[in-house]
Amino acid sequence: MSDGAKGLTRQQMCDRVAMEFQDGWVVNLGIGIPTLCSNFNFGDKQIIFHAENGVIGYGPLTGAGREDLHLVNAGGQHVTLNPEAAIVHHADSFGIIRSGRIDVTVLGAYEVAENGDFANWKMAGQKGGGIGGAMDLAACAKHVFLAMEQVTRRGQPRLVERCTIPVTARGVVDLVITNYGLFEITPEGMALREIAPGISVDEVRATTGCNLLIPDEVPPVRMRG
Amino acid sequence: MSKSKIYPSFADAVADIPDGSTIGFGGFAVVGMPINLYEALSKQGAKGLTCVSNGTRGGSTMPSDAPTMEWLISNDQVKKVICSFTAPTRASQKLVFSEYYEKGLIDAELVPQGTLAERMRAAGAGIPAFYTPAAVGTELAEGRETRVFNGREYLLEEALPLDYAFIRAYQADAFGNLRFRRSQRNFNPLMAMAARVTIVEVEEDILPVGAIEPDDVHLPGIFVHRMVKIPPPPEGWWPQRPAEIAKLEADRNAR
Repeated sequence: MSDGAKGLTRQQMCDRVAMEFQDGWVVNLGIGIPTLCSNFNFGDKQIIFHAENGVIGYGPLTGAGREDLHLVNAGGQHVTLNPEAAIVHHADSFGIIRSGRIDVTVLGAYEVAENGDFANWKMAGQKGGGIGGAMDLAACAKHVFLAMEQVTRRGQPRLVERCTIPVTARGVVDLVITNYGLFEITPEGMALREIAPGISVDEVRATTGCNLLIPDEVPPVRMRG
Repeated sequence: MSKSKIYPSFADAVADIPDGSTIGFGGFAVVGMPINLYEALSKQGAKGLTCVSNGTRGGSTMPSDAPTMEWLISNDQVKKVICSFTAPTRASQKLVFSEYYEKGLIDAELVPQGTLAERMRAAGAGIPAFYTPAAVGTELAEGRETRVFNGREYLLEEALPLDYAFIRAYQADAFGNLRFRRSQRNFNPLMAMAARVTIVEVEEDILPVGAIEPDDVHLPGIFVHRMVKIPPPPEGWWPQRPAEIAKLEADRNAR
């Protein structure tokens, strides 16, 4: 998506989900849109970012010319270390994930279903796939948030009744932010919680491929600062 | 004193690798990748290899001219890859691997990253198999053994032993005790413990035995068999230079 698309920019999407992080949470950000969550100003909250390659407690991206060539996050971007940082090998890094120490993972997705299934590793008709750490994270993080587009490039819904491409994990998604709004997966189905500025409820309904629980009044997507 | 583990060149260190070997290549993105050993093995020419690594090349910051698994693939040396990425992470990205895979010239086993790491950890720890919640309910679990523990379903995964591990380290002493720096550790010590023979490319001058404090050793020398000090560029391959990173960042921001 270019930021010329309708509704929220990618940074606004990530700022909104980052607002949900609680003080002391250990957070793992997927590659792509979710990495922008680390740009959010968390104020007094301490957020510990964990990367699959074993870096615990990384900070902002490094400025040009000041990179440490031995230090990257899961997206291969050069980052800094916060004072509390520690580094482990890959098996311990995924031990942290599987044992439930990750409070939230924010992942990108191609599709999410109203029952909390989602798909992000293989496009339709593709041979091979890109799983990375997504299946481990999705199965084991305490919360799974998705940051994704409302529709495909062809305008097809990405929020659907049942996933049409191979899933990453089943029934795990809690919260979905798209450029059109904030959605929650509830036991009753997918609920629209907040709506992006300039987007109507009818537009959300028309671009969503499943039933939506919509309150009488939908508040705008919360922005801070 | 037993035979020295220090080899004079990468060519010497990989000279006897036989056809059909299963080799683990450490590294994540660019950091800790054994790029000099990739080059040496492509010149050595062993065929029918099974290559285990996180992906079939480095991350997006990998310098385009640096040796990766793609050199082995395009040299027709690879029979099969075992990776957590067997497709590009962006539609615009093109992988040499994909050309071979789509033509049916190469096999692939796609494994979640944590499972890949744990399968090698298990091999190095004498554990034949384990259960994990990753990939339960997905295409990867179809037709495979699962079991319920405490009300939750888990998938059985088998250990992944290696014939050889090709890794990169920051410091070594002459016994093979290793230290990694920052995110360089990643898969490297796991692969070494899973392998019969571990070959290391070392960034700093190899130190006298005992120069690394025992408490500070990340991988004990009993897991290390061959080491080569990486020569300075241009003879040896190093991670990309800051100027190249700045260009990559500028390109990324322009997109």
